[in-house]
Amino acid sequence: MKPAPFSYSRPTTLDEALASLAADPDAKVLAGGQSLVPLLSMRLAAPSALVDINAVPDLDHVRTDEKGVRVGALARHAAVLADPEARRVQPLVSLALQRVAHPTIRNRGTTVGSLVHADASAEMPVVLVLLGGSITAASVAGTRTIEAADLYVGPLESTLRHDEIATEAFFPALPGDAGVAFDEIARRHGDYALCGVAAVVRADEAGSITSVRAGYLSVSDLPTVVDLSEAFAAGTLDDASLDAAADLALASLDPAADIHATADYRAHLARVLTKRVVRQAHDDCTARREGDA
Amino acid sequence: MSTDAPTQTDPDTGEDLHDVRLHVNGIVHQVRIPGRRLLSDALRHDLGLTGTHVGCEHGVCGACTVLLEGQPVRACLMFAVSAAGQELTTVEGLAAPDGRLGPVQQAFKECHGLQCGFCTPGFLTTITAGLRDNPDPTEDEAREMIGGNLCRCTGYQNIVSAVCRAAEIARLEPSEPLEGEQP
Repeated sequence: MKPAPFSYSRPTTLDEALASLAADPDAKVLAGGQSLVPLLSMRLAAPSALVDINAVPDLDHVRTDEKGVRVGALARHAAVLADPEARRVQPLVSLALQRVAHPTIRNRGTTVGSLVHADASAEMPVVLVLLGGSITAASVAGTRTIEAADLYVGPLESTLRHDEIATEAFFPALPGDAGVAFDEIARRHGDYALCGVAAVVRADEAGSITSVRAGYLSVSDLPTVVDLSEAFAAGTLDDASLDAAADLALASLDPAADIHATADYRAHLARVLTKRVVRQAHDDCTARREGDA
Repeated sequence: MSTDAPTQTDPDTGEDLHDVRLHVNGIVHQVRIPGRRLLSDALRHDLGLTGTHVGCEHGVCGACTVLLEGQPVRACLMFAVSAAGQELTTVEGLAAPDGRLGPVQQAFKECHGLQCGFCTPGFLTTITAGLRDNPDPTEDEAREMIGGNLCRCTGYQNIVSAVCRAAEIARLEPSEPLEGEQP
């Protein structure tokens, strides 16, 4: 349970960190390390070099405006969760962050690190995809924006190149006509979820549902978003439309079996959570509309 | 420029070694270690501070929890080089300089909050920081506070009681006597 040897550097500028990455195709970025260090200790990963970005200045911001929430590469989960403006502008980020591991892990782990670790069992990747967010990726060649829809390509695999550092994530603001909810089921408090669902429900001024989208974690190899609007074509939410939504979701999902749960059990959880979370997001949507009125 | 550039090579392994200053419980220690030295191992092996216990060594059990700039973190999920220059508090730093138990330690003793004691250092550091953020927790909040720490002996009931008792003790003795002050 000790990492294999690696060379360690702690650059104090972003340019220097990017140059170190570009120089060694086998180097990895170390930010919070709450996923990377266990992988190193178990020797599931053995990079030749670690580029520790914790001394790089101006990467720990949580900035909000009416467009959304911008989270820097060194902002810890705990700092994002504690930010009242972030909670106001995009409440789904806070709802999901409360379910990321335990407070002690959130004190060190970074939100951007979790996003680019690209674990389909993690909370934040599916939230980024569901909200249509993006990340900013920097390299010696310059910076580019990667849309969430283009970020995840396989288990623990993203389209971030080895020589790039994700310097910022952008979570779009909650539209005024929308409500959100998040829930997951885990064996133990703080564990990876067996299944988790995030939902965004939108409705017009009369309260008629216009759009329902749900994101699924721990169900497939990728964070998966399903458009469930069709089940609510009548504009209302009742037991029948929720059942139809769960059917629609499962038609698009192919829950996998693993050591933690059978495929059938996971499908059952996806069904139950779809109905529960869509109902909560609809309640949230209604409460926000009536709160504004 | 880069900090903590390697200063020497280990003659046996050929690994780069780094000279690192670790600030632990108010004392500065100078160590020469490879980049891969976990903070938990640096505390125990290089500094001899064996109060920090290593259980699962992958962040699940919480036994190795220490305070980094006052915030609880897993010492097994950090490299010691990354902690250079930052203030660390281990379980050895929770008692008063004269050896009197801190409020959380005293509460664990009174409430029988430990049996074998292996997990205890991680609970004590976690609760010390938790009570600073929330000095008067409800029983539910006490459970939430210790949710990231595993104990295989007690069944947690007495640890929850100890959290509430520690809050009570801290309220009765709101401040530590200053050095030289009569208790």
